[in-house]
Amino acid sequence: MAERAAVIGIGQTKYARCIPLSIDGLVREAALRALEDAELTFADIDAIVIGKAPDALEGVMMPELSLADALCAVGKPIHRVHTAGSVGASTAISAVTLVESGMYDTVLTVGYEKQSDGNFMWALSGGRSGGHGAGGSFAPWIRDYIRRSDAPEHIGWKVAVKDRLNGLKNPYAHLHLEDISIEKVKESPMLWDPLHFLESCPSSDGAAAMVVTNAAGTKRAPRPPAWVLAHAKRTEFTVFPGRDPVKPAAGVDCAEALYKKAGITDPRRQIDCAELYVPFSWFEPMWLEGHLICEEGEGWKMTDSGATEIGGDFPVNMSGGVLCSNAIGASGMVRCLEAVNQVRGTAGDYQVDGARVALGHAYGGASNYFAMWIVSSDPNPSFD
Amino acid sequence: MAEEIAIVALAQTPSCRSYPDTEPSLIMGLVNQILAETELDRHEIDFTIAGSSDYLSGSPFSFIANVDGFGAWPPVYESHVEMDGAWALFEAYVRLQCGDIDLALIAGSGKSSPGTPRDIFPLQADPYVHAPLGLDPVSVAGLQARALLDAGKATERDFAEVVSRSRRDALSNPYAQVAKDISVEALLQEPYFASPLRKHDLPPISDGAAVVLIARGKRARELCDKPVWIRGIDHRIESHYLGLRDLKDSPSSSLAARNLGLDAGSLDVAELCVRYSPEEIVLRQALGLSDRTRINPSGGPLCGHPVMATGLIRVVEVARRIRGGEAGCGLAHAASGPALQQNLLCIMEGDA
Repeated sequence: MAERAAVIGIGQTKYARCIPLSIDGLVREAALRALEDAELTFADIDAIVIGKAPDALEGVMMPELSLADALCAVGKPIHRVHTAGSVGASTAISAVTLVESGMYDTVLTVGYEKQSDGNFMWALSGGRSGGHGAGGSFAPWIRDYIRRSDAPEHIGWKVAVKDRLNGLKNPYAHLHLEDISIEKVKESPMLWDPLHFLESCPSSDGAAAMVVTNAAGTKRAPRPPAWVLAHAKRTEFTVFPGRDPVKPAAGVDCAEALYKKAGITDPRRQIDCAELYVPFSWFEPMWLEGHLICEEGEGWKMTDSGATEIGGDFPVNMSGGVLCSNAIGASGMVRCLEAVNQVRGTAGDYQVDGARVALGHAYGGASNYFAMWIVSSDPNPSFD
Repeated sequence: MAEEIAIVALAQTPSCRSYPDTEPSLIMGLVNQILAETELDRHEIDFTIAGSSDYLSGSPFSFIANVDGFGAWPPVYESHVEMDGAWALFEAYVRLQCGDIDLALIAGSGKSSPGTPRDIFPLQADPYVHAPLGLDPVSVAGLQARALLDAGKATERDFAEVVSRSRRDALSNPYAQVAKDISVEALLQEPYFASPLRKHDLPPISDGAAVVLIARGKRARELCDKPVWIRGIDHRIESHYLGLRDLKDSPSSSLAARNLGLDAGSLDVAELCVRYSPEEIVLRQALGLSDRTRINPSGGPLCGHPVMATGLIRVVEVARRIRGGEAGCGLAHAASGPALQQNLLCIMEGDA
């Protein structure tokens, strides 16, 4: 790498069903908060990378054009990434690449979605009517996971409750379900068997932003930087005979490449906490296995034992995760951002004590797009 | 110290009004052509990145199917920009500058045939002020043309000269969709379409794709005899609000040229993303191009405009001429947005 990259500023909007701001206002609010955190202004930014899921969600085509003014991009490079649900993490990785290349010193990256502007179920069904939504695509694979791993059905409920309890500690979270309980999840309507209503993510408006800079930039940063130790992306075909959608090879490859680059040999022990993209409860155990954090068949046991709670040995989705807020184009970036939040020690009520190394993760499409990063408070942490 | 990066293989489809098969199949043919030419296996490619638009195909997430065109088994390290493939090339170039990988495959593809571009592109406008007005790119190009005429910076004859030359040049371009030997006088006899623009001042509606393979220094020399070195890529954007812009100028193009240290006098060839004939007049001036530089010998986008590939095709056209020895140094330009709102420049050079 020509340069090392680190995050020196993070910013988010509140996530909500409908935020009464223009798209311009939404992205600008997140961007300004990230700049404020880094004590920089738009004038300090050399390039901008934005990401969001399909343009059809808001009905604005190639929005980098109309957002150029709101993001003070005039006279600068701005480009737009779109890799389905993984886009937020892909966008953050793209921004890191710009810094690592040595071509740009300080880069602003923004991910957003304003789902209240469009019909999300329609868009997720490829623009056709009669779609069964994302949950309908994933439910059969979740069933297959349950069959293969012999997991008891309460695991999904448990994830749903844990993430909602974590979300109560995060002022930005869309859902603040004070009275969440296993009973409530279990009794909520069945949407896509085995997924109940309360095991599914909400549909949110919101934006997230980060300021990424090089080593020289971190020296001027007012708050501790989060060093990007490694990032990885992998994609595989959507459909083909013999594909394993429960534990996709792309997810395994992505994790292997990521850990190798970061120097991690025992992820469960060497990573302090993770923000995983869990839009439906069962994806917590599925990604724990799918990204080699534990052995196959052991993911649900980690969940069941409380290991993934704040205070457990491998906390997952301390912020409340996608189950509490899902502005799709932002969600992957939020996972990366919340990993930063942890290693900088700024996560407030959902801070994991002494978190030094954290994983941010997103997936998309038919579980065939993966983007992940590992950040640390230490630019060169030793793993033993 | 910047890494030396070169284009080592390139391929494009002809532009056509309606390609009967799918977008992935457009890409697949080109990818296979490049792999065959370089004798590379698919999994030797370190990084793949594509540019395309969901809106053109009328189907959210349509880019996912395009992965089928690259081949993604075993899984690949891959990304996608919802932009012209020229911006995919930008990101790939940046990625190779990191110095840890050698080979990147870049695609740009688009099928405008399933829809009506003039109905779709107004959606590029901000949804609050411009979009409700239904301001489409043709109308904006008309405003730009009118501004040039009113300022005495161009005449309708100048527009027709751009078209006449482009259409004639396209006669020798096997990928062109529109080609004709037609005089300026004959063009000026045509009726207005969006005054002061005539139909021929507009690009055709096209389907098509382009793919290029780039490599770092040593690997580039291993893979081909005549690598085309990318001497720099820069892109800049302008305000979205027409009232804040001088449509007679392209300050973002000038800025990109300055950032790259472009010596316009050294350019043998320039392929400019001239989607509307007046844009050539604006760009020539903004980039300081002289008569020494051959502009759009392919005929340019006025003779074939597969949106999302059009910019990358400019790179392909310049690289092909450098590779063929017709040019030593060339410039490719890509544009996005109405009236050249966003511009990308890529300077290329052969071995001395």
